[in-house]
Amino acid sequence: MKQKNLFIAAAALLVVAFVVGAYFYKLQHAEQAAQMAAQNQVALVRADAPSFGNADAPVQIVEFFDPACNTCRDFYPMVKALMAEHPGKIRLSLRYAPFHPGSEAVVKALEAARKQGQFRQTLEALFASQNDWVQNHTANVDSIWRALDPLGLDLGRLQNDMNSPAIANMIARDLADAKTMNVTMTPEYFVNGKPLPSFGFDQLRSLVGDALISANAK
Amino acid sequence: MSDMNDSRWTLVFLAWLTATLATLSALFMSEVMGFAPCVLCWYQRIFMFPLVFILALGLFPFDPKVARYALPLAVIGLAVAAFHLLLVAGYIPESLTPCRQGIPCSTVQIEWFGFVTIPLLSFLAFLVINALLLASTLRSPK
Repeated sequence: MKQKNLFIAAAALLVVAFVVGAYFYKLQHAEQAAQMAAQNQVALVRADAPSFGNADAPVQIVEFFDPACNTCRDFYPMVKALMAEHPGKIRLSLRYAPFHPGSEAVVKALEAARKQGQFRQTLEALFASQNDWVQNHTANVDSIWRALDPLGLDLGRLQNDMNSPAIANMIARDLADAKTMNVTMTPEYFVNGKPLPSFGFDQLRSLVGDALISANAK
Repeated sequence: MSDMNDSRWTLVFLAWLTATLATLSALFMSEVMGFAPCVLCWYQRIFMFPLVFILALGLFPFDPKVARYALPLAVIGLAVAAFHLLLVAGYIPESLTPCRQGIPCSTVQIEWFGFVTIPLLSFLAFLVINALLLASTLRSPK
């Protein structure tokens, strides 16, 4: 009997220590992330980042994303729907975080397509055809062209632009900013400079809701 | 229960406690702190996690033979942990290891007080479990 009680007490103690430890670790981590974001607003908002929506919108979402990331693909229409629910109130600014091997070349193609005014179309075509050019978490830029074919891009110019140092610099800067903001996974969202307390669309929606309420109060 | 069995129960219980502490710590580091386990860490987990259940079953009702079933896991786990320690220390070149993808096993993710790393903690946990289980078999009546 004594042994059984000892065993149960030890097991309960360890499990409680784990749960309490996890709770406090997450709490502390979220606070640190919020502080870090507050101190590094410059690294978060870059004027030349591709953006959707009203430039003067009261709610500014910054998303670090990778075109090869399937969660980014799944979140994209959800975020668009959220923006459509509040017309003119939300602006989405996209930052590149090509963490998948091979993805940097795809980002270069996307950025080069942006120079031809086809950013949104190219991004959507890339997301729609993601399974064709991402295998085993590795992006293969040579397999994206078939999906981009219907867009009527000037491919010669596009491939030339892909080699431009300006685009390479932009990606390097975005990756450095991602590091500064402690972004290690994609997608990562910041709403008016605040990181998500934990990952999930509901958390994003509620953070946007809070920002809308405080914007209306002003 | 005899006094002899009581002290052997305590030894197995302490081994279970060590395995459970190690298991929860490993889960804390991967699931809460977000460190991705490398390949060698996974092999050590494979030999550590089942000990929690095997040893617990051996405690109620107390079965002194549990050491016989748990020791193979504990010995192999100790060997993997020792290999991992030598790898981190640089005695074994990384190219000889199964780690080619993801996190290289020679990456040091935690260093407390300048020398306490995750593989060292794992090695110590396996060492303690082996010692306790061996002690419990040595005390068995002839």
